[in-house]
Amino acid sequence: MSGKVNIDAGYVAQLARLELDDETRARLQHDLEEILGYIEQLDELDVSGIEPTAHAAALSNVWREDVAGQPFARDVMLKNAPAVIDDELVKVPKVLPSEEM
Amino acid sequence: MAEYEAVIGLEVHVQVKTQSKMFCSCPNRFGEEPNTMVCPVCMGYPGVLPTPNKEAIRKTIVAGLMCSCTIPHYSKFDRKSYFYPDMPKNYQISQYDLPFCIDGKIHISGEGFSGAPLADKDIGLTRIHLEEDVAKLNHLGKSSGVDYNRAGVPLMECVSEPDMRSADEAYAYLTALKQIMQYADISDCDMEKGQLRCDVNISLRPVGREKFGTKIEIKNLNSFRAVHRAICHEMERQAYLLDDGVVLRQETRGWNDDRGETYLMRVKEDAHDYRYFPEPDLMPVTFTDAEIEAVRKQLPELPVQMRERFVRDYGLTEYDADVITHDKAVAAYFNQTADTAKNPKLAANWIISELLRELSDGGVSISECVITPVQLATLVNLIEDGTISGKIAKTVFAKMFESGKDPAKIVEEEGLVQVTDESAIETFVDQAIAANQPQVQQYKDGNEKVLQFFVGQVMKLSRGKANPPMVIKLLKSKLD
Repeated sequence: MSGKVNIDAGYVAQLARLELDDETRARLQHDLEEILGYIEQLDELDVSGIEPTAHAAALSNVWREDVAGQPFARDVMLKNAPAVIDDELVKVPKVLPSEEM
Repeated sequence: MAEYEAVIGLEVHVQVKTQSKMFCSCPNRFGEEPNTMVCPVCMGYPGVLPTPNKEAIRKTIVAGLMCSCTIPHYSKFDRKSYFYPDMPKNYQISQYDLPFCIDGKIHISGEGFSGAPLADKDIGLTRIHLEEDVAKLNHLGKSSGVDYNRAGVPLMECVSEPDMRSADEAYAYLTALKQIMQYADISDCDMEKGQLRCDVNISLRPVGREKFGTKIEIKNLNSFRAVHRAICHEMERQAYLLDDGVVLRQETRGWNDDRGETYLMRVKEDAHDYRYFPEPDLMPVTFTDAEIEAVRKQLPELPVQMRERFVRDYGLTEYDADVITHDKAVAAYFNQTADTAKNPKLAANWIISELLRELSDGGVSISECVITPVQLATLVNLIEDGTISGKIAKTVFAKMFESGKDPAKIVEEEGLVQVTDESAIETFVDQAIAANQPQVQQYKDGNEKVLQFFVGQVMKLSRGKANPPMVIKLLKSKLD
């Protein structure tokens, strides 16, 4: 596939916290190159004179007024949690305090 | 030991005071039962659509304009990828290359926290961007528990330039930033509620060198005082290591307030790869010049402008103005008092030396104060026009503070009107002289200090109501 595509499936997997065996990694490397190569066809288009945009839709300032609504019931919201603590907190594996934002 | 200079930059997160969250209509409220202020949007359920809170954006623009920022015409939100249970979507909606506010500055001057004078200077504000706050984690024994009430609360990140050179400057910058946020009603900035959080970036370089040293980030700073202490500690620690020839590495350190020292949290092996990309669920935000100017027109007075006005129009000292404007509510109280006080400077003195002390002793905030600004102005006017003495005024003030009664009423009910009738005072003077013959002799022998004793006696006889200058005048004429 296209030689100008620059992607490292191993690095992407690492960032996504995915563990890949060699075979899977090679397959994904190939797939990702194909996908990106396909998208890179866009480079052939002449876009000079077209104003850059951050969004495909020609819309801006789609927002709402600051009005508080009714939140969902806790038991409903926690129903999908794999585990809970005291029916009030979502239980997750112990994490290190230093990693948060 | 070599001479080092600290290079300090601050990242300050400020929660925006709104009714609802940033991208959903859950209430933005602190202190509620865990996971009761949540919905599928802020808990990161698949397939939901975020909708930005217009007021949170407006307040961010206000914050930017208050800090002399440029407001770009075109801004957007981006996704910042990161994996941690406090962010249920595995990305945070933030702003990357096109934030709402850029290139601002915050002025610092006056006296530093340590008491040393501050350089009169502007600290650059690189940017203010708007993002969503993350959930609160409770670290338990074998697991962690997540409360998503805070997830999605509008959060501004204010990033400074590395323009600060001392703990005092960092403290002053934070104080000024907090004042601005409070004055413009953008945030209450209550650090205990997590409404304002601060990370410090600090490096040391030999004095005279241009190039920055290795940057260390400090987290877990729970008060401005902790920021000040942590910077002082880190300057010493890094200088000690550098003197020893140690090559510092980029790392994140925590602050242990009890031990008064920083500790290693993690080493930054490589820069985080957040893989920012434009948030496809949200449209860009655009402002015309007219819209930006309309916001600018409604900006409240900046604390620094208010201080200048108080000094210029009301004759306050720089110190008075600084104390009065420290808290927006106190500044507003003084403003209202000064409106009707004949002598605003005297009103300021009463606020600083009496009112603030009483409030602080009683653990009462000025908004709960039973004495209204008009009542305080009346008290000051009673002193000013000679109806009561300053000493009596303190008694009246104490009664006002207890009961919230009008000062004029207290003066009338308690018969505290100052005696300015010369014959009445003369009676007291005569009594004092008659009862204290030995002191009269001492005075005649040249001991002028005894005069004060007589003034005291007359004031006692008049129950504090005699006009002091008249007492002195009459005593002198009788004794000399």
